Amino acid sequence: MSTINNGVNVQALLDAREVLKGAPEAAQFTWRASSTWQNGVHSTVTIQKFFGLGQEQAHKTETVFSADHPEVFAAEDNGVTPIEYLLVGLASCLTAGVASVAQNRGIQLRSVESTVEGNHDIRGILGVDSDVRNGYNDVKVTFNIDADASKEEIEALVAQSQKRSAVYDALTNPTNVTVEVA
Amino acid sequence: MSRSRSPEGGRAIEHTTTVVVGGGHAGIAASHFLSNRSIDHIVLERGEVANSWRHERWDSLRLLTPNWLSRLPGHRYDGPDPDGYMTRGEVVEFIERFAAVSDAPVRTDTAVTSVRPTDGGYHVTTSQGDIRCRAVVLASGACNLPTVPQFADAVPASVEQLTPFDYRSPDQLPAGGVLVVGASATGVQLAAELRRSGRHVILSVGEHVRLPRRYRGRDVLWWMYASGVWDQRHDEVDDLTRARRLPSPQLVGTSERTTLDLNALTAMDVELVGRFAAVRDGCALFSGGLRNVCSLADLKMKRLLATFDEWARTYGRDAEVDPAEQFAPTRVPDSTRLQLDLRSGEIRTIVWATGFRPDYRWLDVPVVDEKGRLRHEGGVVDSPGLYALGLPLLRRRKSTFIHGIEDDAREVVDHLARHLAVGRSS
Repeated sequence: MSTINNGVNVQALLDAREVLKGAPEAAQFTWRASSTWQNGVHSTVTIQKFFGLGQEQAHKTETVFSADHPEVFAAEDNGVTPIEYLLVGLASCLTAGVASVAQNRGIQLRSVESTVEGNHDIRGILGVDSDVRNGYNDVKVTFNIDADASKEEIEALVAQSQKRSAVYDALTNPTNVTVEVA
Repeated sequence: MSRSRSPEGGRAIEHTTTVVVGGGHAGIAASHFLSNRSIDHIVLERGEVANSWRHERWDSLRLLTPNWLSRLPGHRYDGPDPDGYMTRGEVVEFIERFAAVSDAPVRTDTAVTSVRPTDGGYHVTTSQGDIRCRAVVLASGACNLPTVPQFADAVPASVEQLTPFDYRSPDQLPAGGVLVVGASATGVQLAAELRRSGRHVILSVGEHVRLPRRYRGRDVLWWMYASGVWDQRHDEVDDLTRARRLPSPQLVGTSERTTLDLNALTAMDVELVGRFAAVRDGCALFSGGLRNVCSLADLKMKRLLATFDEWARTYGRDAEVDPAEQFAPTRVPDSTRLQLDLRSGEIRTIVWATGFRPDYRWLDVPVVDEKGRLRHEGGVVDSPGLYALGLPLLRRRKSTFIHGIEDDAREVVDHLARHLAVGRSS
């Protein structure tokens, strides 16, 4: 088991799990993003600071995301569509889960690729039909994994990664959202 | 036993060596081993022997284990149908008979209202008076209270809400659809029964344990028993906290020995939805993650059955069972409903089959954690002279099954006897 390496420090995660069992307050994180309108439907969103383990934290560098809409939406396409960012979050979260679970189970990964498709009926956001929802109707993720493991072990990796995924949970379960004007 | 005046000058305080709380199969098994060792004791029962089976379960409930597994210390099923499953009434009779055979000193209609530590033991307050003792065995059960999520409060008043403690049979429900929440043994049994009564039934499914009733021609619980999976000890289990929280498997005891998994319910036109996550503006919101909880359950079942196959191969038992079998994956609808307007009248009743928990409100000993779980190591509670029996995976995977109590009760009473001996010699 110690001979395999997917680059995930599972021991640190297991240690954190033990520590946080007795310190739930340290487990409270707040993730933050700050957005600035540019022009039209284009905005930029920056992410660097967050709160966790009882104090302010920061990523090594600030990341700036550009969000816009494609030309078929009569926009300038300065960046990806906001709803596409959900796909970025889901794919990367599940992939991180696959790597972590594989490391914990002693499975060496050679490649992990996935495609994520979200089916979206835009009549909702355009107000064409009030029975059509604004968000995705369904999302499909397809993994292609090459690893030293049986098909069933790989299926179990993917199932377990969904079970422990923050973004999967945020997409499949309702979340209380408050939007206010400061 | 002896009596002395209480210090307060009130009712006499009774003295005994050990008090057993609960007159179900676990309490009486404890009594059996205490009697074997001539340890003076009393079994206190709030109602009648096997009280939960009499008063707190639904009419059609049968044991999940076949009759041949109905084995208690010094008492076992010897009727004509070893492969059948006892009805609720038969279980009551079986445990009553066990109490009689064991000559257990059971005091019925004696509710324990407090257990607190005193010098060298415990002070037990009951509805019938006070008792001082050196040791206490908690055998009051794992399923004293139904667990219902907080958001049940937000369900509109027009929808009737029941727990398995209130539910007896479909007749008692108002006409109309039913939402059954939870897909463990309780949830799948009630969903099937309510569907058969002609109602529209929606079943909300979270993580669950899928099992076929029979595998390779044998009851699946025969495999659990014969292969030794059930004997796996608490100190051999990888993640004990998780294993102790495992929901009961999707099983039902019927004469046809049918499987009652989600595919069986889908075939009966029960509608599956994801885990019930919240109530918002009078609407029930369900998780979109049904497919994954079904995949997890399918994969786990496959692994368990593969363990059985390997055991049969290794121990040369292949000849006495049928060839290996494969079961179809759980059929999950392409898209499941994510919300249900509870005010629309589509469903009139919610049945919360969302689990049970023990009740320790009367236990005035600081041994219960923030989640309401007893702190114990294989039934030896974190307070000298205090013991527990009949909790999930207390000492073994079989701990909560009828036949699982014998080994646990013997070992817990062994420990209790050593505790008493050490106390005397010091």
